[in-house]
Amino acid sequence: MTPPSRTTARETKLRVQGVNKVFTRDGKSVNVLEDIDLEIRDGEFVCLLGPSGCGKSTLLNIVAGFTPPTSGQVYIDGEPVTGPDPRRIFVFQERGVFPWLTVEGNIGFGLFRLPPKEKARRIAHYVKLVGLSGFEQAYPAELSGGMKQRLEVARALAVNPDMLFLDEPFGALDSITRLLMRSELLRIWEAEKKTILFVTHDIEESVQLADRVVVMSARPAKIQRVVEIDIPHPRDISSPRYLKLRDGIFEEIGLAHKV
Amino acid sequence: MQLRRWEPTVLPLLTALAVLAVWEIGVRVSGTKVFPSPAEVGRGLEELLRKGLLWRYTADSLLRVGSGYLLAILVGIPLGLALGWYPLAARAANPLIQMLRPISPLAWIPVAIVLFGVGNESAVFLIFLASFFPILVSTMTGVRGVPPMFRLAGANFGLSIAALLRRVVFPAALPHMIVGLRIALGIAWLVVVAAEMIAVDSGLGYLVIDSRNAGKRYDLVIAGMILIGLIGLGLDIGMRRLERLKSVRWGFLND
Repeated sequence: MTPPSRTTARETKLRVQGVNKVFTRDGKSVNVLEDIDLEIRDGEFVCLLGPSGCGKSTLLNIVAGFTPPTSGQVYIDGEPVTGPDPRRIFVFQERGVFPWLTVEGNIGFGLFRLPPKEKARRIAHYVKLVGLSGFEQAYPAELSGGMKQRLEVARALAVNPDMLFLDEPFGALDSITRLLMRSELLRIWEAEKKTILFVTHDIEESVQLADRVVVMSARPAKIQRVVEIDIPHPRDISSPRYLKLRDGIFEEIGLAHKV
Repeated sequence: MQLRRWEPTVLPLLTALAVLAVWEIGVRVSGTKVFPSPAEVGRGLEELLRKGLLWRYTADSLLRVGSGYLLAILVGIPLGLALGWYPLAARAANPLIQMLRPISPLAWIPVAIVLFGVGNESAVFLIFLASFFPILVSTMTGVRGVPPMFRLAGANFGLSIAALLRRVVFPAALPHMIVGLRIALGIAWLVVVAAEMIAVDSGLGYLVIDSRNAGKRYDLVIAGMILIGLIGLGLDIGMRRLERLKSVRWGFLND
């Protein structure tokens, strides 16, 4: 008997309905997003994959409530998104941590409504969860790139959001750190049961992480295909299934898989 | 270049000694009866100390600078935050600010006297004016330079505008503001001396002008000048210390 897949029998968390985005620059209109329809279930890990500058970050900004769509609507838990909300936290590409605050100060940033004791307990928990023990009093300038990124994830998780939006969070890291960060993120995702929407231009990254990969076309970005990654974690990245899914996406994007 | 440990203190002292030597030789060779020798200035300083004037005048000058500067901070920083936050307000106010800014505080002396009379308030007002503009402008540009990412991150955690200004915009702009605060303090110290020359009867500026007017005591004139310079140096060193605080030092690193 196999248990039902994690991606079935869950409620819809996020619904993107007919979203278009047009930017006007110097009197010229640029179509960035075209007719985006997307549903994400509760607890799902979804990657938005596409070439740089295709508009996937714009979509993430719209979903986060930072930018309004030109037309269409985003619903979370059935409610239309009208602005940013602490129940869903955006993790930036790099340097999103506040350089004037210590590790503790950053993690505690969103906890201003909690009594001091509870706040301290939460901070301690997340310092440990992201492996920053011993660096509580350190400032971001004293941390490595990978540590800063983990700090930002901890700051996001500390407010106990039900969704995380990550915008190429590991893009600025070296490839070894990036690999470590991916397994860290999966470990945290499995421990904390969040719904994650993760923007990347890295095909391997998306196949390693996501339950589903949403492949987007170049500008104006449309959803080209949605690929279900039906491999349980931890994933063997040399297994035939992994390679087949990965190569399928390479083909979808129109890249010959040769260097 | 790596300095040896004694160099940062010994080299400036050697320069000072050289200047004192040239001064001493100059006084002797020229045979001047008016310009004092270093030793006479030293005795002048000692006289000021003995009469209790040194501390009193220094304290008076510092108090004036402190009051005017503090007022400028209390008005300039909130106003700068507001103007930096609302671009439309900045557009409305900026031409006026840029027009008032280049007017030397000394040109305001007659206006100050009309408004506040000859006295302490006038001096404080002049210091306020002199330090207000650098603080206002550096706060405004500092706020405008805050990366949008920081504002978005702050807003994402559900902060009100007031909390966002206090907890994100202010600390993010602080490194830039500190440069303005340092410049402002330097100008304030320049202006207090000038203000005391016209408007009050105590302080280091008063000491300089009064020593010349009442009895041509050039030893005290020079002593006053040296005190002014040393205190100015001390204030600037103090402000540079602030730049090294960890909560603002990030803004001065080029990473």
